[in-house]
Amino acid sequence: MTFVPTSNAFKENATGALKDKPLQEALGIARQHSIQTRLNTVAKMPEFETLRDIGRDLKNHIIANLDHYLLQFEQSVIDRGGKVHWCPDGESARAKVLEICRSVNARTVTKGKTMIGEEIGINDFLFANGIEPVETDLGEYIIQLRGETPSHIIGPALHVTQAQVEETFREAHTDLDPARNLEDPASLMAEAREKLRAGFLKADVGITGANFLIADEGATTIVTNEGNGDLTQTLPRIHIVLASIEKVVPSLKDAMTLLRILARSATGQEQSVYTTFSSGPRRPTGLDGPEEFHVVLIDNGRSAYLGSDLEEMLRCIRCGACLDHCPVYHSVGGHAYGWVYSGPIGSLLTPMLIGVENAKPLPNASTLCGRCESVCPVRIPIPKLLRNWREREFSRAITPQTERSGLWFWAFMAKRPLLYRLVTRIGARALFNLAGQRGRLSSAPLASGWTKHRDLPATQGRTFQEQWKAKRGARS
Amino acid sequence: MSTSGTGRDRMLASIRAGISRQADRRHGEPAPAKPTPLIPARATAPGVDVVGLFKTQLANAKSTLDEVASRDDVPAAVARYLANNNFEARVRLSPDARVSSLPWDKAPMVETSSGRSHGKDPTSVTPAVAAVAETGTMVLQSSDGTPTTLHFLPDQHVVVISKSQIVGTYEDALARVKRGPDGALPRTVNFVTGPSRSADIGKILLMGAHGPKKLHVIVVDGDL
Repeated sequence: MTFVPTSNAFKENATGALKDKPLQEALGIARQHSIQTRLNTVAKMPEFETLRDIGRDLKNHIIANLDHYLLQFEQSVIDRGGKVHWCPDGESARAKVLEICRSVNARTVTKGKTMIGEEIGINDFLFANGIEPVETDLGEYIIQLRGETPSHIIGPALHVTQAQVEETFREAHTDLDPARNLEDPASLMAEAREKLRAGFLKADVGITGANFLIADEGATTIVTNEGNGDLTQTLPRIHIVLASIEKVVPSLKDAMTLLRILARSATGQEQSVYTTFSSGPRRPTGLDGPEEFHVVLIDNGRSAYLGSDLEEMLRCIRCGACLDHCPVYHSVGGHAYGWVYSGPIGSLLTPMLIGVENAKPLPNASTLCGRCESVCPVRIPIPKLLRNWREREFSRAITPQTERSGLWFWAFMAKRPLLYRLVTRIGARALFNLAGQRGRLSSAPLASGWTKHRDLPATQGRTFQEQWKAKRGARS
Repeated sequence: MSTSGTGRDRMLASIRAGISRQADRRHGEPAPAKPTPLIPARATAPGVDVVGLFKTQLANAKSTLDEVASRDDVPAAVARYLANNNFEARVRLSPDARVSSLPWDKAPMVETSSGRSHGKDPTSVTPAVAAVAETGTMVLQSSDGTPTTLHFLPDQHVVVISKSQIVGTYEDALARVKRGPDGALPRTVNFVTGPSRSADIGKILLMGAHGPKKLHVIVVDGDL
């Protein structure tokens, strides 16, 4: 039903991505933008680092009181005339959405961007059941037409070049004049606006995600730049909100903390264009808005990680900053990760959601350079958590045998200092002699993966421990 | 109640099991307390020119601004805005008195109607709850007189506020939202920071994705 993950083929996916010219062009453009834009904006907010601390503490508090805040949220939604549906997994969430759609004989559904919707594969499911889902976020619309998954949490079509968008629109919009000029990107956007406007006005149901659920107000929050989410939730008869359990926040005042760090981290804007709080259906004397308001609360395996060494990943507010700053993501893009979430946070979430045995390479697809942690608005220690996944893989014998043997051998040596020193001394001298005058090796035992593409800088003849000892001696 | 008892029970049980694991891992330390929110000094520090900051931030968000002396000047300002930009001289007004009771007969060239939008209005004119200086954000709410469709469907959105509605922070603005008799928020509260935009095509920032392509703010010196 849902998209079949190819996360276990990360190596092959990455090799393909490196050779994919349009993808590399698109990634090159994205790289130029994201880092500097965020820096410029953050520099204008002296309290930014403190707000990150508060964001982290707030999320930790919520995660420790999740039952309390979810129950409070449920009661507030009911008090405002809305409904809350608790769905432990993707299957029950899909069934609930279909049931609501069928209750009004819905034929088309418009959708705002929702990552949890991608996670549970709602589009394919609705389509298979005779209901047409129409993505309305421009990026999501582009990838829906192309039959792809998002390659970035907030820029789902980041991998698509302008020329490819034109190609896609020409293929999809066959009712328009084939000779029309689409060279200007603005004309592409105007065409999508026109096409989707018709969709907004005829849809029976609108589905959005939620950036936050406000517990004491019973309100859901979406943050967008396009305004598509607002049209999605205002025009149809029914508004369905898909939200994972960790999205709840105690109050509007707490949501403001996260709103002040979200856009700055995500797009480098001081604020996104539209932030909307929605609660309940249209009021009895209201002039517009939906007649029904449903919140589908989804767990999908998250609660099992509460109180674990991976719990901190549940602080994520889906800004995408870790993707924008990751050298691995910059090189291979999002699709190499093989499922819905990509980049550093994807390497943490994917094993949780589809099982670590189906995403073996992801926790290892990182140099642990720490850039992700340095920009995460809620300070998730991503490198530490990736190591925790690696440890789980090792203890569950998921790590490949050669790697396991290597680690076992290293551990054996490390626990025997005399032997360790002797062997590293021999190794350091051997490599030094092997490299000769050049000081570099074009091949080395057990290192062909490295030397196939570049030289290996040789050792300097003495081990670190030897040099350390010599230096300390010199100083005293 | 349409909540599924079993799903709800299972989720709550699983969450509570997780919370008890957290307690075990803390070894007697207290659970993390809720931190006190921090409001940035940008718009609250003593001596800050809130109105000046609002104007700067409004421009940064790519909105446009006009200032008039009294509410009687608003219709002419709207007519001028439409004419200068070559927009159709037709506006859809919020039924709210702050906008619908303006002396529209002073701008006879502009055709007015009021009510929600069905997607055929080139320009809307609406009031606001407040305008926020920290990021140049308009705070709007749904009510009997202020339908949300006017904030999103038209190509141009004109917001009319009184200068006294300019506040420093989001928190100040939220305190001015008119709540229902039970204290509930209205169906929708919108924070709008500039016109609609997208960078989804080749990372090129383009204005006017789905919502209004222009956001124009008219500030009235006196009351509305």
